[in-house]
Amino acid sequence: MAGDGGGGGRDLAHPPPHATWETRGYWEGAGRGELVIQRCRECGATQHKPRAVCASCLAGDIEHVVASGRGKVHTFTVTHQNQAPPFRDHLPYVLAYVELEEGPRVLTNVVGVDPDEVRIGMAVVADYATQDRDDGEAFGVLRFRPA
Amino acid sequence: MNLSGSIAIAGVHEHPTRWAPDKTEFQIMAESARGALDDAGLTLDDVDGLFAASMTMGAMGTVELAEYLDLKPDYVDGTNIGGSSFVAHVNHAAAAIHAGLCQVALILYGSTAASNAVAIGTGMGGGGRGWADAFSAPYGVTTVGSYALVARLHMDHYGTKPEQLAEIAVAMRTHAGLNPAAKMRQPITVDDVLASRVISDPLHLLDCCIISDGGGAVVVTSAERAADLAKPPVLLLGCGEALAHQEIGSPDMLTIAARRSGERAFGMAGVTRDDIDLCTIYDSFTITVLATLENLGFCEVGDGGEFVSGGRIKPGGALPVNPDGGGLSSNHPGMRGIFLVIEATRQLRGECGDRQVSGARLACVHGTGGTLGVSHSGATLILGAA
Repeated sequence: MAGDGGGGGRDLAHPPPHATWETRGYWEGAGRGELVIQRCRECGATQHKPRAVCASCLAGDIEHVVASGRGKVHTFTVTHQNQAPPFRDHLPYVLAYVELEEGPRVLTNVVGVDPDEVRIGMAVVADYATQDRDDGEAFGVLRFRPA
Repeated sequence: MNLSGSIAIAGVHEHPTRWAPDKTEFQIMAESARGALDDAGLTLDDVDGLFAASMTMGAMGTVELAEYLDLKPDYVDGTNIGGSSFVAHVNHAAAAIHAGLCQVALILYGSTAASNAVAIGTGMGGGGRGWADAFSAPYGVTTVGSYALVARLHMDHYGTKPEQLAEIAVAMRTHAGLNPAAKMRQPITVDDVLASRVISDPLHLLDCCIISDGGGAVVVTSAERAADLAKPPVLLLGCGEALAHQEIGSPDMLTIAARRSGERAFGMAGVTRDDIDLCTIYDSFTITVLATLENLGFCEVGDGGEFVSGGRIKPGGALPVNPDGGGLSSNHPGMRGIFLVIEATRQLRGECGDRQVSGARLACVHGTGGTLGVSHSGATLILGAA
């Protein structure tokens, strides 16, 4: 599934995600290839990033739901300078907001496409990167590629 | 008594340094404090309120700073909402003084960002472990990139052109040419901006603020007390602050915090945009100025590109913005908000020499902090000559 993230044809690398008990469900979902967002059982609001409470009504009764993984590029930038590893070895790369069908907007990368071809409004689907970790965790990183 | 008009800026000092490998943050703050207190005709003994933030001060940084200065203030505020913090500090100091909790507030900033080679805008890797940071760390979100997300959206929605953003950089450099203290004074053209390398599309190198060392200090007190001090007081007529973020509820990314903070500040001051003689606006990037002018109501959202063209914000224009040259050309030691307050104050006193905006009586100050396209803060002041 992993696409070409720029950087001379090498797949865009991501620093390993850091999870807390509050966000673990999301990162583990990404490790399974699922886009896990939250829905409040009291007021029905959907949200991302994951929280222990609903940011609309502060209820603690939150359920995890698997989103479709479909969305549209809301805005983007082609990053040409970042001195930090691993990104410095993968320039240029696309940073974007993708608006999910279910509503929430996620900050992400768009991969598998020439950065010059990315457009606002472009239909995209989820694409997950996994990494070898030495702590036994099976987290994934959500990116998007053209639908 | 209303807060509006009852509080004054009595002293300011911009540290002259732009490169200080031989100084520390606290040293720059202390030297700036001396300058601003001298400017006001006050001493450290008069100070009973301490307000500060910096790029490296930790959770108890103001306690450590108070020890460095041997200050035992009655009121302390270490609010850090990014580069706008010092604009918000004026707001907070005004509230504290108005409530009688302190009498003389000292606001400080110091930074050695340049001599420490801090890649302020483009050095973001992984490792973010904060609740929100953990969700941006995997993606290489740079500071420049977060502003570029807004610039791209503005261009897409309103047809704003790179040339129009470049006009802002050219205007700041033109102002800097009149400021002997500015770091970058060599004139540039729109073509120079567009020919500079792309940092995060659509923002070029010359769309980005410079990195310098520096610092400054501001003394705030009651208008009553300021009336008897060394310099003509500059009155706080209105203030407001706001926070904004982008992920829940699909908010309009082109409506930035300045919308709400500006409405509050103008409402409190009871003045209109047409009354304003000059602005000092946080120009981290060219898009920041454009989005701020729109959201403060100087033009409609979408019309910013046209508004900044034709010399309107340049020296001698109808609405000069950042007569000191701003962060794009004068100085940008990481968190620039304090210089917005200092320059507006000095302009309203009429002490700015070649770069003086003639007849300046009312200034609008706006600081943006954080990452515009992800989460950010805004703080607005309306300042008036006494």
